[in-house]
Order: sequence, then C-alpha cells, then structure tokens
Amino acid sequence: MGSPHERSFGITLPNSIGHYPLGDQGLVLSFADTISLDVNAQIRQIATCLDSWLQPGIIEYVPAYTTITIYYDPLLTSYNDLLSALQPIVRDIAENQEYKRVKKEIPIYYNGEDLAYVAQYHGLSEQEVVRIHSEGEYLVYMLGFVPGFPYLGGMDSRIATPRKEVPRLKIEAGAVGIAGQQTGVYPIATPGGWQIIGHTPLQLFDITQENPSLLEAGDRVAFIPITYDEFVQLKNQGNGH
Amino acid sequence: MGIKVVKAGMLTTVQDLGRYGLQRYGMPVSGAMDSYALRLGNRILGNPDNEAAIECTLLGPTIYFEQGQLIAITGADLSPTIDGNPLPMWRPFFIGAGSLLSFGQPKLGCRAYICFQGGLDIPELMGSRSTYSKGQIGGWQGRPLQEGDKIAFRRYYVGKEEAFHWAVDPNLYPDLATTVIRVMEGPQFAGFESEAQKSFFSDVFTMSNNSDRMGYRLTSKPLRLKEQKELLSTAVTFGSIQVPPDGNAIILMADHPTTGGYPVIAQVATIDLPLLAQKRPNDRVRFERISLDEAHNLLKRQHAQLKKLKSAIALKYE
Repeated sequence: MGSPHERSFGITLPNSIGHYPLGDQGLVLSFADTISLDVNAQIRQIATCLDSWLQPGIIEYVPAYTTITIYYDPLLTSYNDLLSALQPIVRDIAENQEYKRVKKEIPIYYNGEDLAYVAQYHGLSEQEVVRIHSEGEYLVYMLGFVPGFPYLGGMDSRIATPRKEVPRLKIEAGAVGIAGQQTGVYPIATPGGWQIIGHTPLQLFDITQENPSLLEAGDRVAFIPITYDEFVQLKNQGNGH
Repeated sequence: MGIKVVKAGMLTTVQDLGRYGLQRYGMPVSGAMDSYALRLGNRILGNPDNEAAIECTLLGPTIYFEQGQLIAITGADLSPTIDGNPLPMWRPFFIGAGSLLSFGQPKLGCRAYICFQGGLDIPELMGSRSTYSKGQIGGWQGRPLQEGDKIAFRRYYVGKEEAFHWAVDPNLYPDLATTVIRVMEGPQFAGFESEAQKSFFSDVFTMSNNSDRMGYRLTSKPLRLKEQKELLSTAVTFGSIQVPPDGNAIILMADHPTTGGYPVIAQVATIDLPLLAQKRPNDRVRFERISLDEAHNLLKRQHAQLKKLKSAIALKYE
C-alpha cells in the first residue's frame, strides 16, 4: 500500500507522525502501521489536548486504531494552518507520561445462543469460555460501525472463534459477541455475523444522556458475569450510566 | 396545528445540516444529502441555514396544511403541485390552510426539500433535528414520515399571502444533468494498480439500485489493489469512495458509518456532494481530479455567493 505520509505539504511533524488529507475537510494524523497500547495512549493524549483546543474552524475529531482524524471548516482554517498549530501538541507527547485510563465494568449474563458452539469449537466447557472471557482485561481502541460500538482489544486467543457463515438478520441490542480475535457489544439491534455468548443489561448508547456513549476510546473494560436475576434487576433499573 | 402527512412518499425524512461532535462515539452525522439545496431553501425564507426541512426522495409525499405557512421547495424537480396546480420552486410560496401539497413524476434529480419559514416543531436531539433512521435517532420519532403524522410549525406565519414574484437565480444551483464529479485522491490511491488509477478517472460509473442515504454503490470495471492487504479501521466521511475486495466502489453518503476498513481511492470534493446526492439509480458519473487548494477555493467562492444572496433576500422581506 502506497504511503500517503510522503505527501508532506511542506510541513513535517515531530516524532515521525505522518499526516494526510481526507478530502477537503479532514486532516489525518497517522501514528503507526500496527495496533499497540503505546499508539493508543499517544492518540488519547492528542484527543485530550484537542478537547480544550481553541484553534478556530475545528468541527470534531475521530480517533481510531492508529490514526486520529480532525475535521475542519475550510472557510475558517486551512490544512497547513492546522498542521502548524498541531506542531506543539504533537511535540509535547514525545516524553509522555502513562495515559491514565478510566476503568469501566460491563455486567454480562452469559446466556448467548452461540456459547455452546464457541465452547465446542475449542473443546472447552461453557463455564471455561465464560471464565476466560470474563477474566480478561480489555481496551477500547475506538468506537465506530454503529453508535457506541467499541472495538475492543485484549481477548484471549483461546476463545477466538470465526464469524458465523450466515449472519443473523437481527442481533439484539446488548448482545456480546466474538468475531475472530475480537470481542464486542452491540449497542443497537443490527444484522451481524458475530458468535453471541451473552447479553449486557446496560445501554451502551443512550441518546437521553448528555454524553450518550457509555464507553470512550482509551477506556479499560472488564466483563463481570451476572445471574439472570441480576440481569433482570439491572435492566429494570434502566441503565448504569 | 401544522401539517398532516396524507401519503408518506418513497423516503421522506426530517433533516437539517447534520449532527456534529459525536462521530468519535460512532454516531453518524446524517443531515440533508443535498445540504446546498437545504441552505438555499432556508435562505429564501430568511431562516438560519441549519433549519430542519423535509427531505423527499424521488416520489414525494402528499401533505395537508392544517394551517397556513410560507414554504420554499428546492433541490430536485419532483413535480410539486398545490391543490393540483404546479407549484413554483426556488421562491417563497404561501400555502393556505386546507391546501394539499403533492408531488408527481420525478423530472430531474432525486431529492427535494420542503422548507418552512420558522421551521418545524421537532425537538433537537444532541444538537440536531436530523433523522438517522438506522439508529432510530432524531428527526420525527427517529423514522421516516408515515401517513397520519402531524407536525406543528414552530412559528405562525404573519407576512403577506399574495404571490412572491422573485426567485433565486437558478445559476446558483448546479445543473443536475452534470455527470462529472470532482474528487481528490484518497489516502490509499497510490495502493491501487496503475490500470485502476487510470480507469478511475476515465471510466463511466453507474449508480446501482442498491444505493441509499448510507452509501451509493457503483458498478464499473473492478478497481484492483496492487496487493490485497487488511487495513485497520479509520475515520471515513461523506464522499469517501471506498473499494471493497470485489472492486466495485461505494461512495459514503450522509448516514455513513463513522469508520471503515476498506481502502479509500478518492474523496468527493465537498462542493460536488449536492450534485452527487441528486443522482439516481442507473445514473452515470465520471470522476475528475482536483487539488485540495482548488476544492477549498470552490467552497470559498460559493460561500461568497451565498453571502451576497443573503443580503439581497433580506431586502426582499423589508
């Protein structure tokens, strides 16, 4: 894949951070070619700076695995002005202190329709699958796909399971699934091919909240096994925001 | 009291200029597909640009006015009529209580906007009145309009009710018969075979039937990468032209997901998104390369024109 980083637009950024335009309203900062905790921490630091940035013409930013995309209004700023203004921010993350991560717990009732399949696929018992899944600690690398959907890293490869050959037409909101090396929670009902191992009573995306997303990129996530009664109780309480 | 939907039409949704600031949580922007037609409609009425209007798709709705209101219809020519008589577009038009607004044959373009002076009485959700149907969020109850829906106006109309004899200069709006869409190279352009890099700018692309507010699927000779490589998901935007492994491009539109993992061969210039949004299934387009500077200059020129229009219209209502 050709490297877009080579188009320098006259300005290079410190710390070998690349940059390239996404159309006429997007500027992408590109940190690496592979996913890592360090890269995620760097992107979180930039995002935190952008939250209080007073640069005119900034619309919003979208962090991802190895990039952060800044959307701007070209009537108020330009690509090069933005790059110049980003220089000090990018330079300051050089000697970064460890980014302080927020830890969030997601209760899961492990009753998924594919739990038996996942167990059988690996020659494990269902209890072992639940134990492995709920003992792990996960990192929210990014949100995307649908509102509030977390791309989680950190799943134990012992329970990595290929997607279903025929996707389900409807996966309920709150379903917890496995797809290859990934695990995730569906915030809204949608078709999908993930192996469903459980359900959370929490609402991951709640439009009535000022911050509608339960999770934020950079958060740590732990899955807590709960019983059916606890599931019903939490569900009736509304959501755990 | 306001309007009552008598017939829903093909896909009729409430849209403003979109919901910004939440893409980091995976929340799409949505908003008018042809934001320029919406802006012009709002300007005609003296509304703020971002006022929500009704976006009609090919087959427009039938709407009963329980109350009089000043409206303007812009965008595609979907043959609007008022009580059976042709309704002129691109100008303010007073619709009296008890009148029926309907649409006939789609003549040119795909999406028309019914703008209301003072706007519709619909709550803002996360800073916008736009409808994101897939997530059942925003707009009118999170969904396209249906028969029987009643939406109130936010303001009574108190101005003149006689015909208005001025309209917006049609040259301000793009000629919808134009088939050339201007684009910039996308982040992964260089990753495509040189044959694909050439044919992208010379071939004709056809809009497939499988095109909606989320994306337009194009058919063409397949566009091939030099080497197939899994990409990590990253932000994508309105007008990103993605190429999945089958080689047929998809242009992301207003309801696009916030992130994607397919290579982006090109990005439609913002200036031409309205024109693109007016293309229908089976329409054909070609892509022309422009630079980032050119794209910005085109937007600045348009902005200057809109500014002039605003002051000209303000005089009309004095």
